[in-house]
Amino acid sequence: MAMRFRTFMRHVREGFKNIFRNGWMTIASVGAVTTTLILVAVFLALVLNLNEMAKSIEDDVQINTMIDLTATEDEIIELGEEIEQIEGVDTVSFSSNDDELQKLIQSMGEEGEAWHLFEQDNPLNHVYIVRALVPEDTDRIASEIASFNYVDQVNYGRDVVEQLFEFNKYARTIGLALIIALVFTAIFLISNTIKITIMARSTEISIQKLVGATNGFIRWPFFVEGLLLGVLGSIVPIAVILGGYYYLYTNFNDQITFSFVEMLPFSPFAWQLSLMILAIGAIIGVWGSVMSVRKFLKV
Amino acid sequence: MILMKDVYKTYDNGVTALNGVNVDIEQGEFVYIVGPSGAGKSTFIKLIYREEKPTKGSIIIGDTDLGDIKERKVPYIRRDIGVVFQDFKLLPKMSVYENVAFALEVIEESPKSIRKQVMEVLEVVGLKNKARSLPSELSGGEQQRVSIARAIVNHPKIVIADEPTGNLDPDTSWGIMKTFEEINARGTTIIMATHSKEIVNTIKKRVIAIEGGMIVRDEQRGEYGYEI
Repeated sequence: MAMRFRTFMRHVREGFKNIFRNGWMTIASVGAVTTTLILVAVFLALVLNLNEMAKSIEDDVQINTMIDLTATEDEIIELGEEIEQIEGVDTVSFSSNDDELQKLIQSMGEEGEAWHLFEQDNPLNHVYIVRALVPEDTDRIASEIASFNYVDQVNYGRDVVEQLFEFNKYARTIGLALIIALVFTAIFLISNTIKITIMARSTEISIQKLVGATNGFIRWPFFVEGLLLGVLGSIVPIAVILGGYYYLYTNFNDQITFSFVEMLPFSPFAWQLSLMILAIGAIIGVWGSVMSVRKFLKV
Repeated sequence: MILMKDVYKTYDNGVTALNGVNVDIEQGEFVYIVGPSGAGKSTFIKLIYREEKPTKGSIIIGDTDLGDIKERKVPYIRRDIGVVFQDFKLLPKMSVYENVAFALEVIEESPKSIRKQVMEVLEVVGLKNKARSLPSELSGGEQQRVSIARAIVNHPKIVIADEPTGNLDPDTSWGIMKTFEEINARGTTIIMATHSKEIVNTIKKRVIAIEGGMIVRDEQRGEYGYEI
């Protein structure tokens, strides 16, 4: 049934009035929503970034094929051709043991200086760096390569990815449990606040029912009140997300960035997250109000 | 208009308030409900505006069987029934005008029609010049007039009054009764529970006496019949 705009505005007005009428209870429920949403926001920012990182690492997985030290140049070329013919292989590039040593020295920074000694008598293998077309094929390709002649060892970053995913899973489970507990606390507080409004207005409600107000008509202002409590509670968390993420992104992204790991860009990520927080706040508020009103309006 | 057949009402706590009530009230009648305290008068009245449901039996108002009606239809039934209480049940923070307008706002009338109808009804109850006052600034009789105005503002077919003069002095009571007679003269059915012997014996109407949850007497132009 379509509601008249005038009636709708009346409900909104009543909802706003209740917010002020309830004073401390309003502050308590808004505070609960705020706390909840800040934690939800931090957790979401963390998990979404970790997810993204895990995905980009996974995409970046390369198979290092260490070539047997005894292999001749011809044998090495032959091996390269064999690898290229494996189904699902994207690129195969050759990296000599000298290249590998330089990479090692660079990656170790100052400690790497000592490794210059090995430039005369390089103990490392020549390496074929292989990439799969799709990350999921990495496992199969690696084991196929391992079965070839002149292959000393096959390494790929599978462990790292799996560990990251594992960590991600734990973080998600713990975070989720925490958040569900907090969300329920917030809903409980909001529904209590609204219960107080309802009790304070019980005479008014009983007269409304007496003169023929529908339950929907009586319910709307409380619905608006809950929504407002939720939305008010999301203001500070959104400020925290926008400010905090901007700070972290501008100050730390360069430092924590390895070639393949970086934070999700501030825009649009922080905005999307804010919107999500606003929506969660609104849902918590509405849910809280619906819960308390339902009990009271049973005819 | 109002038809009760074999109506029983037992509350959840085991108290039986009505014990087989049969009654037929025509449109436009003025009926007193009399009887000792706890006889079942209030229950009788609450059943009519569907504040309570009968445990057994049927209640038909107009064309509607209250037993068949869905919960969400109850508000629409109430719009045809005005209710007046002993304690007025006015909202203290609202003006006289707002208290009456309230009844029309919840049924979503337009502001223009609300203004017109409220002023008309305040004229009927003689409170046009008090429209802006708060209930606390009025006498008891005036407050009861406001609640009557609220009950009749959307032109219900039935007005139910539960001891409307119970809190008022005799002079004021006569004024209120005059108002009810005027409303009745316009064709509205009036059902009034009362303890006032003077009123019942002076303004002669149909009297239904309830005792122990049963109708013990039902006479046109009856007497109060109890000594207080």
